[in-house]
Amino acid sequence: MSKTQPIPESVVERRLNAAHTSMFLRMLWRAAVLRRGRAASALLAMVVAAAVATAMMNLYVDVQAKLRKEFRNYGANVVVVGKDSASLPADALNKIDTTLAGRGMAVAFAYVVARTASGQSVVVAGTDFAKVQKLNHWWSVTAWPTEPQDALVGKRALPVVSPDGKPFDLSFQGRAIRLTPAGTLQTGAAEDSRVYLPMDDFLAWSGVQPSTIEVAVNGSQEEVSETIIQLAAALPTAHVRPVRQIMEGEARVLGKTRAMLYAAAVLIILTAALCVLATLTGWVFDRRRDFAIMKALGASERLVSGFFAAEATALGAVGAVLGFVIGIGIAAWIGRVNFNAPVVPRLSVLPFVMAGSMTVALLSAMLPMSLLRRIQPAVILKGE
Amino acid sequence: MFARLLYESFRRQKRRKLLAGVAITLGVAVATAMIAVATDIGDKINRELRTYGANLLVTPQEDTIDVEIGGVNLKPPSDGNFLSEADLPKIRGTFWRHNIVGFSPMLPVNISVDGKSATLLGTYFSKKIVFGKDVTTTGVRITHPWWKVQGNWPGDESQDILVGEHLADKLGKHAGAALDIAGHTHPISGILSTGGAEDDQIVTPLALAQAVLGKPDTVRRIYVSAMTKPEDALARRDPKTMNPELFDRWYCSPYVQSIAYQLQEAIPHSHAEQIRQVAQNEGTVLSRIKGLMLLVTLAALFASALAVSAAMATAIFERRQEVGLMKALGAGKVAVASLFFAESTLLAIFGGIAGFFAGSFLAHRIGRSIFDSQITIQPVLFPVILAIAVIVTFAGSAAAIRRAVQFDPVFALRGDA
Repeated sequence: MSKTQPIPESVVERRLNAAHTSMFLRMLWRAAVLRRGRAASALLAMVVAAAVATAMMNLYVDVQAKLRKEFRNYGANVVVVGKDSASLPADALNKIDTTLAGRGMAVAFAYVVARTASGQSVVVAGTDFAKVQKLNHWWSVTAWPTEPQDALVGKRALPVVSPDGKPFDLSFQGRAIRLTPAGTLQTGAAEDSRVYLPMDDFLAWSGVQPSTIEVAVNGSQEEVSETIIQLAAALPTAHVRPVRQIMEGEARVLGKTRAMLYAAAVLIILTAALCVLATLTGWVFDRRRDFAIMKALGASERLVSGFFAAEATALGAVGAVLGFVIGIGIAAWIGRVNFNAPVVPRLSVLPFVMAGSMTVALLSAMLPMSLLRRIQPAVILKGE
Repeated sequence: MFARLLYESFRRQKRRKLLAGVAITLGVAVATAMIAVATDIGDKINRELRTYGANLLVTPQEDTIDVEIGGVNLKPPSDGNFLSEADLPKIRGTFWRHNIVGFSPMLPVNISVDGKSATLLGTYFSKKIVFGKDVTTTGVRITHPWWKVQGNWPGDESQDILVGEHLADKLGKHAGAALDIAGHTHPISGILSTGGAEDDQIVTPLALAQAVLGKPDTVRRIYVSAMTKPEDALARRDPKTMNPELFDRWYCSPYVQSIAYQLQEAIPHSHAEQIRQVAQNEGTVLSRIKGLMLLVTLAALFASALAVSAAMATAIFERRQEVGLMKALGAGKVAVASLFFAESTLLAIFGGIAGFFAGSFLAHRIGRSIFDSQITIQPVLFPVILAIAVIVTFAGSAAAIRRAVQFDPVFALRGDA
């Protein structure tokens, strides 16, 4: 009979630890696999809640940019005019374009009062049709002029300058020009009484430089104010002013919408958290038998709590990641359906969703645990 | 026996029933609040969009074209036609009068101040309009909310005037000073800042402008600010080509076109036109925000439905032993299921009622704090919400109940299920 070699202390220690760790993981894993139905429903609740929370947060962050784009359809929010109704310097438009550097667009307008063949006064404006088309979406135009000497005639000016739709003559300070009415323009405002020409034709005919530049600046209220200051510095001889009608309307509607969305997001996230809390609490409470067996087998209070906490945290983390992906999808879908542009996924939302999910999961695991702790394992195992 | 089972179940399991009831109440409250807000948001945002000012312009029918650059009128002052001021209250008699938030008549007059030509603009500031029994106030303070005055707004019957800030700078005038116009001295009650052409003009009560022009009861144009429905295919059709039935539908929809049509009917010899910059864009902004809120409401409904289902499923799953006992005593599947469904229905109804009122309160608070106005809750919402609560609770319980009735009583009672 050979005596068994005594196992060195260190090995015992290592094995003990190893067994513990793997047992812990094994229990976590088996708990999820064996009670597939219940675990899946808890995970589902977690995923849905995280998805809804992600979508709402993402929307809330992104909706401002999306709506701003819609508000830019109202046209220029900044107007540059010559001081004392003088013309602007010839390089004004270039300077503005340089200052904007792609953060918006600028369109120049030049005006003179010309006379028709019958001696009536009419306002004639020169501009860049391609840009106006982009800036002023609300202009209702039958056909945009494409050829030189083609004019866009306002609805109310048409009967005066060319009642039969034939080419007409205009004169300004003795210089005459013959124009073809290519299309009619309807806006319901002052533009209806004017005749619009391509800027090159206008300059060659009248020699009058632009007096007004309409600028649509993209970005937030602060960015626009900043741009106004920059523009004023670049054009010391001009008067740069915000179009208050447009700016104030935008700020108001945007503010209300954001406040609305914020309230909705808070409500929805609270409801989703509540749903997770209810499901997970039920799930943990349901497993009081496991809890009792573990305790009966000698597991310490801390180990059991740790086990359930780890389980909840793992569930929260997995749910958060899956939910995040789905939530991004929902936000993108809402963006596509409602704004015809996808909502940009915000990774910055992930930590919040992750932390929130894990906190709610932990909370819902700890609530029933504190109840169970007070009960003797024997009572639970007896099934009472 | 069934009623007794039901009663005892509620009496003895107060805590659990309360938990499920609270979940339903909260879910229904969120759903109610979101639906109420979403149905009302169109109206609220429409009102906010009125910050953009008038969306309709009424001019004389036989009008000559404007010769105007940058707000400066270059036309001889006597030129052109006018509308009659006496016809203005008729705007309050049109079909969609409740959608008309306000209107401002304008009468520009070319004058000379200190030897320089300037434009004097007569208008209403905040004038009381009486039409039959209907009394409202209207004027630029409503239709042009971005106009700011340093000093005081003049009274509509006074001889006070406002001077645009640029003009005031040029003239060296400030609020409290006086200005000579056409031989009369008028006190300047305030300095006007609009960020538009009015900064170079003098703005006065309408009667004063009429006196300066020497044409009483005249108005050059009227700006009308109305809440409208986003344009659709029907709105764009020419009313002349419609059959009577279609015309009625068009006429009775608050499209900007049909409101313009009605304004033309109300004011003799007038032509009403939408101001496309304002009217066309508000439709898109409005439909975007409404669409957004609709989708968000769907998300809220989904989240609350899920919360209710989860709570119900948990509540039923905990009662396996009870099911086992009932089945052991001879209850059939139908009897067990109907007991659970009856319980769910009761919970749904109570939770639904409580949730509806809590949700109404929530919507009310949201309306107050965000829009400074009441959110109206349609009474029809109540049965709808209750029905949704019952259906969602049923759907949420169905799976759990199906599993519950399938338990083998032996295992359920042994506690092995």
